Amino acid sequence: MLTAPMLEVHDLTVCYATDHGSVTAVDGVSFEVGRAEFVGVVGESGCGKSTLLFAIARLLSPPAAITAGNVVFQAQNLVTMTEKKLNVLRWRDMSLVMQSAMNALNPVLSIGAQFADAIEAHTKSSAQQTLERSREVLRLVGIDPIHLKSYPHQLSGGMRQRAMIAMALLFTPDLVIMDEPTSALDVVAQRSLMVQIKQLQQRLGFAVLFVTHDMSLVSHFSDRLLVMYAGQVVETGPTRTVFDTPAHPYSRGLLEAFPSIRGPRVELAGIPGSPPELARLPSGCRFHPRCPVVQPECPVTAPPLYDVGAAQARCLLHAPGGVGLELIERARS
Amino acid sequence: MTALLVDTTAAAGGSPPIRHRGGGLLTAIRASRKAMVGSIIFAVFCVLAVAPGLFTSVHHPNDLAFAPSLSPSAQHWLGTTSLGQDIWAQLVYGTRQSLVIALVAGLFATALSVLVGVSAGYLGGIADEVLSMITGIFLVIPTFPLIIIFATYAGKGTLLVILIVLVVTGWSYGANQLRAQTLSLRNRDFLESARVRGERRSYIILAEVLPTMTSLIVANFLGAALYSVLTAAGLQFLGLGDPNSMSWGTMLYWSQSQQALQTGMPLWSIAPGLCVALLGVSFALINYAFDEISNPALRPVRRRRAHRADA
Amino acid sequence: MTAPLLQTRGLSKQFKVGGSLARRTLHAVDDADLVINRKEIVALVGESGSGKSTIARLLARVYRPTSGEILYQGRSLATMRTRRQTMAYRSDVPMVFQDPFSSLNPAYRVSHGILRGLKLHRRELTRAQRLAEAERVVEAVGLTPAAQILDRFPHELSGGQRQRIGFAQALAYEPKLVIADEPVSMLDVSIRLGLLNLMAKLRADSGVSFLYITHDIASARYLADRLLVMYAGHIVESGPTETVLADPKHPYTQLLLSAVPDPRAPLAVGADSDTGEPPRVIDPGPGCRFRWRCPLAIDTCANITPQPRLLAAEHVAACHVAESELPAPVAADN
Repeated sequence: MLTAPMLEVHDLTVCYATDHGSVTAVDGVSFEVGRAEFVGVVGESGCGKSTLLFAIARLLSPPAAITAGNVVFQAQNLVTMTEKKLNVLRWRDMSLVMQSAMNALNPVLSIGAQFADAIEAHTKSSAQQTLERSREVLRLVGIDPIHLKSYPHQLSGGMRQRAMIAMALLFTPDLVIMDEPTSALDVVAQRSLMVQIKQLQQRLGFAVLFVTHDMSLVSHFSDRLLVMYAGQVVETGPTRTVFDTPAHPYSRGLLEAFPSIRGPRVELAGIPGSPPELARLPSGCRFHPRCPVVQPECPVTAPPLYDVGAAQARCLLHAPGGVGLELIERARS
Repeated sequence: MTALLVDTTAAAGGSPPIRHRGGGLLTAIRASRKAMVGSIIFAVFCVLAVAPGLFTSVHHPNDLAFAPSLSPSAQHWLGTTSLGQDIWAQLVYGTRQSLVIALVAGLFATALSVLVGVSAGYLGGIADEVLSMITGIFLVIPTFPLIIIFATYAGKGTLLVILIVLVVTGWSYGANQLRAQTLSLRNRDFLESARVRGERRSYIILAEVLPTMTSLIVANFLGAALYSVLTAAGLQFLGLGDPNSMSWGTMLYWSQSQQALQTGMPLWSIAPGLCVALLGVSFALINYAFDEISNPALRPVRRRRAHRADA
Repeated sequence: MTAPLLQTRGLSKQFKVGGSLARRTLHAVDDADLVINRKEIVALVGESGSGKSTIARLLARVYRPTSGEILYQGRSLATMRTRRQTMAYRSDVPMVFQDPFSSLNPAYRVSHGILRGLKLHRRELTRAQRLAEAERVVEAVGLTPAAQILDRFPHELSGGQRQRIGFAQALAYEPKLVIADEPVSMLDVSIRLGLLNLMAKLRADSGVSFLYITHDIASARYLADRLLVMYAGHIVESGPTETVLADPKHPYTQLLLSAVPDPRAPLAVGADSDTGEPPRVIDPGPGCRFRWRCPLAIDTCANITPQPRLLAAEHVAACHVAESELPAPVAADN
């Protein structure tokens, strides 16, 4: 990386206390987000991706807590930062877009009032300046500024999500974290929103950390991809590399779980079984009970991330001297 | 954050756990310190009610058998009343009526709440409007004046009258709660699944809706029982009960009319008052266990010192 | 040609909205003609607000149609008045629901729904036979060991397992047609295929038809023989899956196809201006309901509601523009 990364996550671990002991939701996750980079975090429910996001944004509440690792943003460690300092950072340098706008927007306040709230919470601004800025961000996302007077329920789902994104851009932050912002939308609205986000990103130059369970959604928009499973990163690399040559059997399985609308109709198999409960993780490699190419060492040894060309994968097949992709390719046919 | 909680419980294997019956209740009570305390207090009162003879040698506490206005001593643990009755014995024997009132009135009030509330919520339409109106009327009428009028009209205080009064005034709050809960359940897929299956409406209400609301219904019952204890004591204190019966409320009535506090026999007033409060508190505490069952977010976080790795 | 299993003619459902003073009408479904044959999987594709769930509920007799008719095995549902007739229909046409987290009653074990269904619809069975049947259907949907699974509570099963139980409940009736209302939308991606394959297998093994309702056109293509596309309460296009996807006639179908993210295909250009605003179904008036978003709209579109017309072999679409591109228009196939 030529310039220093915007965000560095080192060995982040999040545990939460349950009646049956401590459960690790995020286990030693490390990655970087460069300036103006679009990083997608992909995984199914229970993999820890949302927990990871909340941990980075320091929004975890008991019984969940960060138990190890650090998050370095603009040369400061977010994990040890006080609330006071965090509030300075929030929204100005780093902002968050939630999954469901209806959960994040106040239903009894107009959009304009909420924008004003956000602006006033973080900076001194005259009423005129606030209005100007609010109008500007709405125009940025393609909403008529007249909607400043509207209430959230008066807007369609797609518009609400775009309003949320507008709110996140009020201070032109360096990093915008998004937690499945399109999952409540229909396919046409979804695509339109993604294109919009990408355009905004290219125009304003902010970095995006985008969490989703829908791998195909990020395929055209992200620069790099992280695939998570059972609290760990199992594969990471440039998007095209991960899509064209997935190095981990899970990523491969995920990719093949999407029926295509073009090309021949073939029977697909999906991945048998279901993601493990975090309280009862399999021994060794966490994916081994569902892996089509499981080897004898897999239940015994927990693999680290190995380099596989431009990507990294947490699979023993890629250990030095291992058979690598070849075995996975063969298993497909 | 709710989102986080949903995510993690989903990871732990499914939606927030609904406890299984029986074993679940005991586990819940054991797990909550507040409920544990409440249950113990309640258990003690139950024993007192069932076998009062075990706790005092006086078997007819209302008889004027002793010297009046004695201070506490070995023979009379709480002393005697100004009429010559053993206070402790009255207290012990009075437990039965107070407990009966609480449980019976609580039960019937809850039954009425369930009937009206759940039907209103599930049936919707005109039935809902009528039932809600009735509920609203009873909710809004000032209870105490109503109770007093009712009790006076119905003739002074047989136990039955008090029970009726309590049930009539105590059901409407719960009905509203249950209606709200039913409304929130109404469009759940499993109810629609039952409809599509061809189940009759009465079956759906009784066998599909009610079982999912047991925690709320029990909580309602405990609330109604609490209400009954306190209100019954209040009624009897005002003299609207039967002054010759044996209950804590009646003791309060007599101690007040005999000016116990002014004449240096405070225990005569304090003891029954304390018992009323304790019984009420026990219901409130047990209620906590049910809150925590139905809403896992309320559970206190139990931090274990040793890190237990679950295989 | 054998008679269709289920057919609708002019099926419409309207709801009154706005309270007793401002009475407006929501046109959830208008004039829907659809056909489902034996041993066929038909996909009904549409966004939320398109009316697809309403059609499911109309067919499952949860709602009564405002107008039009539903013919099951040639017989109109309106003529089924007795409880016995209704139950016979319910037994032939059950429904599987979308949300695995709320489709099973949390207070009971998962066997409850299956056993109740058997009790109501297959009354000739004894108690022991019912239990055996319950185990059989649970195994048929791929859950083993059946006896243990039946004994569990819903929260002890995963989302995918719960949906399979939903299918087991439907199978217990020995149905002819299963209405599956978005059965995989709330499941993880890697689990969806398992259930789609299950539906295909059940059709192959027991000859049961499926009406697969979804917003995901890719899974519709994977599973279905025929495709119906809905928009704003109208069925705008229908035909054999491959035919419709190879040559979509209706602009909405074209829009849907272009919006589907396909990692293997390069990013499609165009369709960026469409922001996916929901259709207007409250007091819509005549004319095509897609016209506000349609790049090809002409004057007629605003005045006359397009009727479904046969535009190619078995390929029906309701679009003035598509119709006008035909050399010689053909009358609607009814």
